[in-house]
Amino acid sequence: MGEVRVLSASGQIGSGFMESSFARGISLKPDVIACDGGSSDAGPFHLGAGEPHFSREGTKRDLRLMLQGRNTIGVPLIIGSCGMAGGDDGVAWMRDIALEIAREEGLKFRLGLIRSEQDKGFLKEELREGRITPLNPAPEISEAIIDRSSHIVAMMGHEPITEAIEAGADVILAGRASDTALFAAVPLMRKADPGSAWHAAKVLECGTASTVQRKRPDSIFAWVRDDHFDIEPLDPEARCTPQSVASHSLYENADPFLITEPGGTLDTSECEYEALNDRAVRVTRSRFLPSERPTFKLEGAELAGYQAAIMAGIREPYIIRQIDSWFAAMCERFAGRVQEMFQGRVGPDDYSIRMRVYGRDGVMGKLEPLADQVGHEVGVLFTILSPERSVTMALAKTFAHFALHYPIPEWRGLISGLAYALTPAETDRGPVYRFNLNHIVAPRDPRAMFRHEYQEVG
Amino acid sequence: MTTLGEMARLIRSKNAGPYMLTFDVMFEGEASYRRVVDAGVLTKAVFTKLYRVDEGEVIFFHHDAAKAIKISIPRPYVQCDLDDGDAYGGQQHAPLVDLQVPD
Repeated sequence: MGEVRVLSASGQIGSGFMESSFARGISLKPDVIACDGGSSDAGPFHLGAGEPHFSREGTKRDLRLMLQGRNTIGVPLIIGSCGMAGGDDGVAWMRDIALEIAREEGLKFRLGLIRSEQDKGFLKEELREGRITPLNPAPEISEAIIDRSSHIVAMMGHEPITEAIEAGADVILAGRASDTALFAAVPLMRKADPGSAWHAAKVLECGTASTVQRKRPDSIFAWVRDDHFDIEPLDPEARCTPQSVASHSLYENADPFLITEPGGTLDTSECEYEALNDRAVRVTRSRFLPSERPTFKLEGAELAGYQAAIMAGIREPYIIRQIDSWFAAMCERFAGRVQEMFQGRVGPDDYSIRMRVYGRDGVMGKLEPLADQVGHEVGVLFTILSPERSVTMALAKTFAHFALHYPIPEWRGLISGLAYALTPAETDRGPVYRFNLNHIVAPRDPRAMFRHEYQEVG
Repeated sequence: MTTLGEMARLIRSKNAGPYMLTFDVMFEGEASYRRVVDAGVLTKAVFTKLYRVDEGEVIFFHHDAAKAIKISIPRPYVQCDLDDGDAYGGQQHAPLVDLQVPD
């Protein structure tokens, strides 16, 4: 099959790359340009709320350069996990930006949209028929959990992308997709060695994360050939070494040797990494072990409630030494105030107040080995949650004042036990979400899960 | 005595998806990697004790090509659940930094 050249614009669209690096990538005549638009890494909010993670301005800047670059060489541009979570809202958001750029720049292309949000009726049927299985660890799954999810996406593999390219799409904006699949699709279409194609894709998908000292998000390039791939960053000052490329398989993977994809597993355990020069690396002996049937990972988010946050500092030694019992007693007394305020409409089970203590175990929680060592001052973060935004804010306003003056037995007279750096002390955080699935589906018909739409632009 | 932080080129933690946490201890050269591995500075048992987790849940690797030790565990709190304090899981590695490496 010869050689397939792949240009990765950046680790994530919206995070930026150097114009000079990308231009150098275009000059190397790639067969495809790709970039992912997200992951689950920023938490469940973006999936739950359907809101993008990066700014529109940053995303538009990056997408404009990619669309212009693609236009000069006429190869497919593939963007996956649009809008961060890859829900239908994210695809629509990226489409609107692409259309706006096309109008401004007078670009013409065939646009392919691939949506990966899942129909709840379809998922419930797959669940009833035993085609949804948990990964380890996974929360409980039920039809009720599917029903109460705000959005559920499935992570597509390379096939829906390949299908769009075969249908003539020049620019593909995909919903939730395996980052790797975006970069593997064209090499696999050209019958590249699957092991090399998937492994190259794994290195490409994070942009310059596989370089020795990543200065900034930037473009990187791979040549996929019959039994190996070569990888080189496009900024002349950036370098890949055998060790830096090998190390990349550690990043964000629980297992550094076996990396699961929708159609099988990439095995890097036998790989050899060889320096071609001081900036480029050749990787051989990557293997891809196809699975018997494709499986797709599901990601779901549901509303946890409406949250308010209160930040405060405490320097008072008598409070610090009894902070847990101080907080517990305060919450108990506060319940009486809530009863007075809401006349029974909001009971103790209708809201929660949490306290996180920085300077003790605020970062690591139950993993903290030094939780018994508390500093001379601590920072506390109170979070208040209820199913109703107005109730949460009423509770937060009242609690901020109540907690400030809550007495301790050591002092006689009115105290002010919390140092607020911000006023008002309470912040409305709006709706917050939780992830509620870590499952895979082995559907009867994989094609039914991902929906294609095409339009001629320009 | 030297600390693991002084020996490593990078010690980091990160989410591996919303349900797993992973720890990477990476070395610049073969000598420092081998010295730490051979001395048993960071083993599955050491990690289990330091983080007070169930040994059966700890996945432990030596990655010779990367000159790295890697450990993965289920997240103590699902990413961004109400009791989670580290959305990216990037600050869970700190106790490893001060592990002692015998001379």
